Amino acid sequence: MTSWLRHHGQSLADALRRLAQEPLGSALNALVIGVALALPLGAFLALETVERLVPRAATEPEMSVFLDLDATRADAERLERELAKLPGVRQTRFVPKDQALAEMGRTEGLADIVATLKRNPLPDAFVLRLTPGANATEAADGARRLGKVAKVQIDSAWVARLQASLAFGRAAALVLAALLGVGLVAATFNTIRLQLATRRDEVEVSRLVGATEAWIRRPFLYSGAIQAVLGAGVAIAIAVGASLYLGPFLARLGSLYGGEITPMLPNPATVAAVIGVAALLGLAGAWLSVSVHLRRLH
Amino acid sequence: MPAIRFQEVGKRYPGGHEALRRVTLDIEPGEMVFLTGHSGAGKSTLLKLIPAIERPTHGVVLVNGQNVGRMRAAAVPYLRRNLGLVFQDQRLLHDRSAFANVMLPLAAAGLTPRDAAKRVRAALDKVGLLDRERSDPVALSGGEQQRLCIARAIVNRPSILLADEPTANIDADLAGEIMAMFRDFNRVGVTVMIATHDLGLAARFASRTLRLDHGSIAP
Repeated sequence: MTSWLRHHGQSLADALRRLAQEPLGSALNALVIGVALALPLGAFLALETVERLVPRAATEPEMSVFLDLDATRADAERLERELAKLPGVRQTRFVPKDQALAEMGRTEGLADIVATLKRNPLPDAFVLRLTPGANATEAADGARRLGKVAKVQIDSAWVARLQASLAFGRAAALVLAALLGVGLVAATFNTIRLQLATRRDEVEVSRLVGATEAWIRRPFLYSGAIQAVLGAGVAIAIAVGASLYLGPFLARLGSLYGGEITPMLPNPATVAAVIGVAALLGLAGAWLSVSVHLRRLH
Repeated sequence: MPAIRFQEVGKRYPGGHEALRRVTLDIEPGEMVFLTGHSGAGKSTLLKLIPAIERPTHGVVLVNGQNVGRMRAAAVPYLRRNLGLVFQDQRLLHDRSAFANVMLPLAAAGLTPRDAAKRVRAALDKVGLLDRERSDPVALSGGEQQRLCIARAIVNRPSILLADEPTANIDADLAGEIMAMFRDFNRVGVTVMIATHDLGLAARFASRTLRLDHGSIAP
């Protein structure tokens, strides 16, 4: 057991020493792996940045019910009771036309227009909040059938569209990550193949003096994993660098929309995940390579 | 129980070349045996069957009672740790020092670096290379390289030492030195088997000599 642990330590040290002996080759390997990993990592961080802009509350479907302009206070009270009974409606909120106009006046860019209006063109309205997952279209149809209702608008439709776009983006990033993961395995496979070719004598002599296959394999497995981890480090550095570079541009874009956009930096969990996944893929590539090529050396 | 026993052993290589035919022999523990014969007589093949570098096509090869011809691949490393091998082509590693070359079998066997270092120095001392432990193998003379190879073979304290043409590439004086070294190992109980085409060298030792002729043991 202790000799097994010791050999793990020795294999790690051996792999590191060999990397250091060829600094240029090792750096280029890490760079190739790093760029490959930076693409899905960057896509993931970009999606996170956009996702944070979507108000969380809006993921609950919402709709506005506008009344006819001649609807009275009594109509509104009746409608409030009827709307509350519609399937999926969790909450109703009455927005009188005066309040709507006042809110509009506070909205950037609309204040001047509101000030020039001679009379209030807005109707009374209800804002309905639906239970999450409720069928907004069905509720809207129900509301349209009620008297004195002029128009029903599902406000959360844009959120649903954005959510669908983000889901598509996430799926696309996952496909990209899977493809580049395969690329990482292939890159490690090839690197380890070259290492095995240059260390062929050592492998053969080790076998002749009584080394087990596991013992021979171990330094190569460490080598594969270490290279992938170095690549992950490069990928994280690229992602952080790109975020910092793009930060001011996004901030300016955000200020034009009256909001604040800051690019996501990889958090510790993301960093750990990237390094962990890279190490596993590097290990897998090295394992495949060693399994295939050591058998051929027999 | 003989240290090495061949029963009706045949070895045919892919392609049809028949290297050994119905070889039967016993080598007792502590014996020193020369294996002679013309080039291509099957000496190397016979030696390679003992550490399971090659497997017999017919017959049984027993090493310390174990049937090595049918041994599982996973068990072969443990067999080899009990055998010392000196190769015709030496097979030294040129990317590391003399010390590290001799260390390899001990590292593979999982010894602690401290114990291993002691045994490496003892082995280098036995072959007279203790002062060259830091040298690269390429910096050593032919005779020194052969001695380094022997140090690597004995560092595991094997019970059986196999040498294939250990004096092929060195001059006569050095060859005598190398042979004296093998005799010394034999005197402390190691079973030694040496393949050589040099009949004169074999004749100088009062040891049993087996002659191979076209793959068969000559009477």
